[in-house]
Amino acid sequence: MDTTKTHLKTNLIKDKVFFSVVLVLSVVVVIPLVWIIGYIFFRGISGFSPFLFVRDQNQGGILNALVGTLLITGIATLMATPIGIMTGIYLAEYKNRFSSFLRTIVELIQSIPSIVMGLLAYIWFVVPLRSFSALSGSIALALIMIPVVVKNTEENLRLIPSILKEAAYALGAPKHEVIFKILIPCSLSGITTGVLVGISRILGETAPLLFTAFGARILHANVLKPMETLPTLIFKYATSPVDEWISVAWATALVLTVTVLLINLVSTVIVKRWKVKL
Amino acid sequence: MERKSVSSMVQTREKANAFSRFLFSSSLWFSVGFVALFILATLLSLFAFSLPAIKHNGWNIFFGQEWHPDAGIFGGLPFLAGTFLTSVLAILISLPFSMALAIFLGEYQPEGVLSSLLKTAVKLLAGIPSVIYGMWGLFVLVPLIQKWQISLASFGVVPLGVGILTAALVLAVMILPYSTSLAYEVIQLVPRDLKEAALSLGSPRYKVIQKIILPYASSGILAGQVLAFGRALGETMAVTMVIGNMNQIPTSLFAAGNTIASVIANEYAESTGLHTTSLSELGLLLLLFTIVFSFIGQKIIKALSMEK
Repeated sequence: MDTTKTHLKTNLIKDKVFFSVVLVLSVVVVIPLVWIIGYIFFRGISGFSPFLFVRDQNQGGILNALVGTLLITGIATLMATPIGIMTGIYLAEYKNRFSSFLRTIVELIQSIPSIVMGLLAYIWFVVPLRSFSALSGSIALALIMIPVVVKNTEENLRLIPSILKEAAYALGAPKHEVIFKILIPCSLSGITTGVLVGISRILGETAPLLFTAFGARILHANVLKPMETLPTLIFKYATSPVDEWISVAWATALVLTVTVLLINLVSTVIVKRWKVKL
Repeated sequence: MERKSVSSMVQTREKANAFSRFLFSSSLWFSVGFVALFILATLLSLFAFSLPAIKHNGWNIFFGQEWHPDAGIFGGLPFLAGTFLTSVLAILISLPFSMALAIFLGEYQPEGVLSSLLKTAVKLLAGIPSVIYGMWGLFVLVPLIQKWQISLASFGVVPLGVGILTAALVLAVMILPYSTSLAYEVIQLVPRDLKEAALSLGSPRYKVIQKIILPYASSGILAGQVLAFGRALGETMAVTMVIGNMNQIPTSLFAAGNTIASVIANEYAESTGLHTTSLSELGLLLLLFTIVFSFIGQKIIKALSMEK
């Protein structure tokens, strides 16, 4: 009788110990997040200056990198979105051996390190054109973005009730009309989210741009010339020995982090709020 | 007259239909074809581009210990060692945290304020760009580790701050979301009756987790770790900024080193000729490694969903 009691007691204690270890280890994960974001805020705000966004790098600002990031990610998004959405449609709407093969391929593409995408853009566009260019950077980023858009589009198209599609087919609508007039409008929020997640992913990409877009310290809009972006500027300035550059890097890091995390949060809100009521 | 116009209307309508169908199917097949052929094209073009280096280096790219681009010596062992060492360490460091998080989110509190807070934290961690992690590592972690190394100086530790361990620590934080998210989903899938049976036999909750939940979810957890490992292999910027960038085989956890990705990031833009192609060859190796690990992870997941 006594032994059962102690047995129960030790079990209870062990249970509590186990739970507290799990709890502590889980909560510890929040520390690096708070640390990183807090530190960036702290250092970034003190690095801010009023002319940061209106002057280029030669005059102590980041305007050229800002324009570069907007142009390069914009072009990448224009290239990746149609291909991503169409492939997502195929995966969701066609079920055969080829589509399951395609799904495996998409997963594999997603696992390719971004720096390898940079190598590809280098081999395909920098070597033939014999110059680093913003356009080759866009291509590297588009390659990174495509699988993200594909996965999100496919997942969201699958959520649409088949009754809607069946009704359209019953009225004699051909497949492409069903897709464009029923499926895509109904999952617009999901597809938008997918594109936003993709954009937030490529906004911070640095490695593939180092040897494709390369960088230029002055403001210009020629996509066939080298161009600076925010992440590559952060990398170059943060690893430089110049103190002023390091504080510009912190301010830029703050701008980039806030933008990326905001897009992430907005995309979650869109999914939750802006759903087609069925 | 009227009939004619109706039939011509039908005709134009059919023509428009045929046109849009053509547009749709051609764009569909273009996109699908592009994606389907992508991996093959990637492998082929990287292989073709680095062919001169493959001929020149031979087995040296795997076993050569010296990397002297000016002398035409391209031994890849330092980078292979650095890549695998940092990734394995990162997995080992993040393992207890990702397991605890998965158990907490999957079993103890699938819903609630704390768990939604933790889920958001994990999501935000996944969203922070690599270069930001690198900057944090460089300005926060490196000085801290340097202080620690100074206190260990009597053991012959050189207080570099940067090095394999620092890189592994940053990597561990970065891959945590990837290993956690799959693990906690799998833990949630453990059938209720199994857990209830164990509980009704009087086993305490920690034993249910150890003996029922973790064994049941083990393959899913493994798949998550394998995928996270693949991520760690190819992670570039954060590692480049804190690993020290020395082309040597790391001899201790505190030694500076280089990974495949970081040496490409550092040297590619300024390289020419055989140097460029040798770096591309290393890139090809990295691609093959990540594809293999991703494929293994996918196979495990597929086998898992077949079981159920």
